Amino acid sequence: MSNPPGMKAPTNWEEFIEGLWKRNPIFVMVLGMCPTMAITTTAINSISMGLATTFVLAASCWMVSLLRAHIPKEVRIASYIVIIATFVTVVDYAIQAISLDLYEALGAYIKLIVANCLVLGRAEAHAARFKPVASALNATGMGLGFTLGLFMIGGVRELIGMGSLFGISLFGANYQPWVVMILPPGGFFVMGLWLMVFALVRVRKDKAGATPGSAQTQAA
Amino acid sequence: MSERQSSDQHTAYHDIGVAEAQDQQGTEPTTASSSAVMMRALGLIATICGLIIVSSYELTLDAVANNKKISTERAVFKVIPGASEVREFVATTGGIQPAGPTVPEGAVKFFGAYDKAGNLKGIAAEGVAKGYADEVRILYAYDPARQVITGMSVVTQHETPGIGDKVITDKDFNKNFEALDVKLADDMKAIANAIKVVKHGTKQRPWEIDAIAGTTVTSKAVGKGIRDSTEKLLPKLLPNVAKLKETK
Amino acid sequence: MHESLGQILITTILSGNFVLAMFLGMCPFMGVTHSVKVAFPLGLATTFVIWMASLSAYLLNLVLIPFHMEYLQLICYITVIAAAVQLVEMFVKKQSPELFRALGIYLPLITTNCAVLGVALFQTAREYDFWQSMVFALGGGVGFTLALTLLASVRERVRFSKVPNAMMGTALTLMLAGVLSLAFMGFAGLGGGE
Repeated sequence: MSNPPGMKAPTNWEEFIEGLWKRNPIFVMVLGMCPTMAITTTAINSISMGLATTFVLAASCWMVSLLRAHIPKEVRIASYIVIIATFVTVVDYAIQAISLDLYEALGAYIKLIVANCLVLGRAEAHAARFKPVASALNATGMGLGFTLGLFMIGGVRELIGMGSLFGISLFGANYQPWVVMILPPGGFFVMGLWLMVFALVRVRKDKAGATPGSAQTQAA
Repeated sequence: MSERQSSDQHTAYHDIGVAEAQDQQGTEPTTASSSAVMMRALGLIATICGLIIVSSYELTLDAVANNKKISTERAVFKVIPGASEVREFVATTGGIQPAGPTVPEGAVKFFGAYDKAGNLKGIAAEGVAKGYADEVRILYAYDPARQVITGMSVVTQHETPGIGDKVITDKDFNKNFEALDVKLADDMKAIANAIKVVKHGTKQRPWEIDAIAGTTVTSKAVGKGIRDSTEKLLPKLLPNVAKLKETK
Repeated sequence: MHESLGQILITTILSGNFVLAMFLGMCPFMGVTHSVKVAFPLGLATTFVIWMASLSAYLLNLVLIPFHMEYLQLICYITVIAAAVQLVEMFVKKQSPELFRALGIYLPLITTNCAVLGVALFQTAREYDFWQSMVFALGGGVGFTLALTLLASVRERVRFSKVPNAMMGTALTLMLAGVLSLAFMGFAGLGGGE
């Protein structure tokens, strides 16, 4: 995120794309791990949870930013938590109204969005200091980056663990699913593997066009 | 070496903590807020949030109730074919009554399934027990005339795909529930022979359930769910079952 | 549900371990397990908060459910948890300043620990009665502490091993956690059903 010298505040566009990849909540900031591991058993669950979290993120950050002048420093964490809990409750009822099957699949993890470090973190680090529109955009970007990360993990787990994607069987009936991928250990392994892939890419890039300094720090 | 990595990986988590810690210790307050200001802010937030929660609850109430009704009907029609209407009742020691907004103490909920002509086609009830991962919820159909279970359908489960969810697809397992004996004892106070889940291939009596080989835990959960539910429901239901046929 | 107390205890510590099977409390699991000296006391502090959260949730439900105010559950739980953490912090600061310093910022972070809120939510969803809830909370806390301590001790050992560059850091932690989780799957069915 390099701002041209002399320019203070990032533009709205920069706010939005910050969380999509460069500071991706899952792979870079490693926040919001609880739902990431638990929910990413299928691609559909991953995307639904990601979108629900995005809604909570955007709405909470927008409201926190709106009220930021009226919240005394001492009670700010408590206030943020209450605001976040409110929107999580809204999302909870919204999902029930949309599809009970989806609600069963996501289970208690919808309500656990409240404890998602990502949401509280953004409210504290960003929404409390920026204007409502910028905050909402940044939060939405973070949420979509979160959704992308969830999908990357969930997609792989569903593909290898069940032989399907979005419920559509891809490998036919004779496919022997690697069931452990949909079980808890699979969540850890798949995310670890993705991080490994990214680290490998980074190491290669550094080796390819690097000064001696950066190569050394990577090897440390 | 790993110091650097550990500091990287809990950087963001660390930042939140620093913020929270500062908040608790109240470092560098330029002007400490008075209690009144804090109360006012919290009060304002509580009011706004309260309004949002209550309105979202009210707005979605109908849709949610409708969804629940549809999913209940879907499950009941599956175990009682030929039914077209589902009505909810509760069975108490005093008798049977239609289900209302509150469940009386000690009452057990169940469903009556009626066909288009208004005849009682069967009774359905829910059972639940802990399986391998979380709870396994089932709906079973009961025939009061023959005092047997006539069907079973899994409503929700979070079991291991390919292993635990065989209880849904395995035809032999589902055959167990075509005439599962749940006869009441002579005193009408308890089930005569408790439902038992036995090892695959060893079923001998009409009240036993043949487990699926390799899926013992989930099979037992289904059996336990039915057993617990029938033990609570049938002694209260059977003596008064004639009343169900009258309701139109 | 009609689970016996012993069943609940064994399941929550082993086959249904909060961290390794239910994925609760991931943030401290990944962020604080670099040393056993920090992980173990944090586990204990979290166990206490979990117990308080469980008790409060049970008491709150005694009021909320009869009055059909379930929609307020989430907001009440999290507020009580935040207050409980505040109390624990003040207590630890007074009783043992060294421990307070050692735990540092991870003490207030217990508020956003999914395991704490998760206990309240799961015990409500499964409709546990008082003693079932208490045992559930105890098992959850013990299981959490166990998982954290195990991973911390493994990571301390691994510090002296040669690890490929690309795998260092979070990726390694995740792989180790995956193996631990796989091991705990061996406890499946323990304490379950008749």
